[in-house]
Amino acid sequence: MQIYLPIAEISLNVLLLLGLGGLVGFLSGLFGVGGGFLMTPLLIFNGVPPAVAVATEANQVVAASVSGVLAHMRRGNVDFKMGGVLLLGGLAGSGFGVWLYSMLRAVGQLDIVISLAYVVFLGVIGSLMVVESVRAILRRRQPGAPRRKLHQHTWLHGLPFKMRFRKSKLYISALLPLTIGCLVGILSAIMGVGGGFIMVPAMIYLLGMPTLTVIGTSLFQIIFVTANVTFLQAVENQTVDVVLALILLTGGVVGAQLGSRFAGRFPGEQLRFLLALVVLGVAAGIVVSLVATPEDLYILGRESVG
Amino acid sequence: MRRPLRRLAFGLVAAACAAPGSPRAQELVADLSRHLVAITTGFVGTDVLLFGATDGEGDVIVVVRGPRRPTVVRHRTRMAGIWVNDAELTFVNAPAFYWMASSRPLDRVLPAVAMERHRIGIRHLALRPDRAVDEDTLESFRDALVRNKTRIGLYGEQLGSIAFLGNRLFRTTVYFPANVPTGTYTVAVFLVRQGRVVSAQTTPLLVSKVGLGAEISRFAHERSILYGIMAIAMALLAGWLAGAVFRKA
Repeated sequence: MQIYLPIAEISLNVLLLLGLGGLVGFLSGLFGVGGGFLMTPLLIFNGVPPAVAVATEANQVVAASVSGVLAHMRRGNVDFKMGGVLLLGGLAGSGFGVWLYSMLRAVGQLDIVISLAYVVFLGVIGSLMVVESVRAILRRRQPGAPRRKLHQHTWLHGLPFKMRFRKSKLYISALLPLTIGCLVGILSAIMGVGGGFIMVPAMIYLLGMPTLTVIGTSLFQIIFVTANVTFLQAVENQTVDVVLALILLTGGVVGAQLGSRFAGRFPGEQLRFLLALVVLGVAAGIVVSLVATPEDLYILGRESVG
Repeated sequence: MRRPLRRLAFGLVAAACAAPGSPRAQELVADLSRHLVAITTGFVGTDVLLFGATDGEGDVIVVVRGPRRPTVVRHRTRMAGIWVNDAELTFVNAPAFYWMASSRPLDRVLPAVAMERHRIGIRHLALRPDRAVDEDTLESFRDALVRNKTRIGLYGEQLGSIAFLGNRLFRTTVYFPANVPTGTYTVAVFLVRQGRVVSAQTTPLLVSKVGLGAEISRFAHERSILYGIMAIAMALLAGWLAGAVFRKA
């Protein structure tokens, strides 16, 4: 059953889109990330113009994050103060990111920058996660291992503007979450992702937040950042396809609920290891598409007049 | 837009003058099965039937042309192992859609000079670059535009595909794929005898989004702020709804 997407201006199979939404939703429910980093490349592979894929995905992540955050709020796993600081940075970053996006699009290098950004971030984060989760799995197998400290103290903890985050049991400089929020905001605008796959490891490893509050807090601030990206993309580039977003999120919410039920049955380290493999797999796929000799050395750009 | 029309009008006048003894039946009449290609939510591409009659022997050529749009062609090159865009050329007046059909292979119907004059055939498209470039560059970008457009089904030629019923009535079908650009199209029909265009007729054809899709698209472009807010509201509602539904389940 084909449906014509009014902004993407192509026809795609509804069942395919629902399936994609469901699959990515399942993974995101399982791992506690938005899933945008998987969905955007998948949409582009299926012929959705990159600009529309990025902007629409931001819109879909809003919905996915809302339903996720509600579940985490009920369990008291959201650090609103930390979320607020991350958000301040995130809004600034996403504003800058949308501007950067329009500029790159005008210069004609947008697709390549998006792809490279994906490769770099997915590659680095995937590798770090593999290393970390394998270590954690090995540590579990040695019962006599000493208990770790809550987090390591580094020079990052010596920065000024210290704030106390009770829920996360942290006393750190506000500059740290502000910077992380800002960087993720930029990526969110350019890559059409909520940024969970970067935010979650950054909060665990850089901020030293307890894993339990990380996912809820990250989802909380992602709602606002992706809402901001959706709005700015809609106004600047008119590339948000609500029909596409609605179909994807219908599949997505069902998948996410199934995924989160599944998540309880696996130990955290193994889940992180699996997620790392998925992340590296997507990165490898994009590398192949960048390196492989294209069918035609010439391509058509998007028509500059809509 | 203006120049080819004038050229076409010129051709018509020339054809009319060339035919002595005017009170004759029309040399060429043609029409489409419909003048609107409606892109609805379920649109997957469509055929439009073109039919007509001539007043006797002769060949028929049909040219369907979409609205002209600036179109960027980019060249990719390998840099540090990956493929990046290095050069680009914009054609300011590339038709968004171009399709041509004829009753016989063209070289047997019309000399190249006449095809050039009437802009018949992809090779004779007037494609103007936005800046001056040397001949070779222009040629390769031009070929690339045609090649890419052909691959996605927006440019095409079907020589010998127009069927005659007897030697007077003819018909052919024009296929508009799912990715057909919207706008006002012109369908030009040429009657050719002894290597000359003796008659021509143009008919407009509108390709337009209709229904919900059209509303959404217009809304997105004309009221983009409100559209953005509503997109977010929809997502918030959907997320909340999903949470509420699955909590009970």
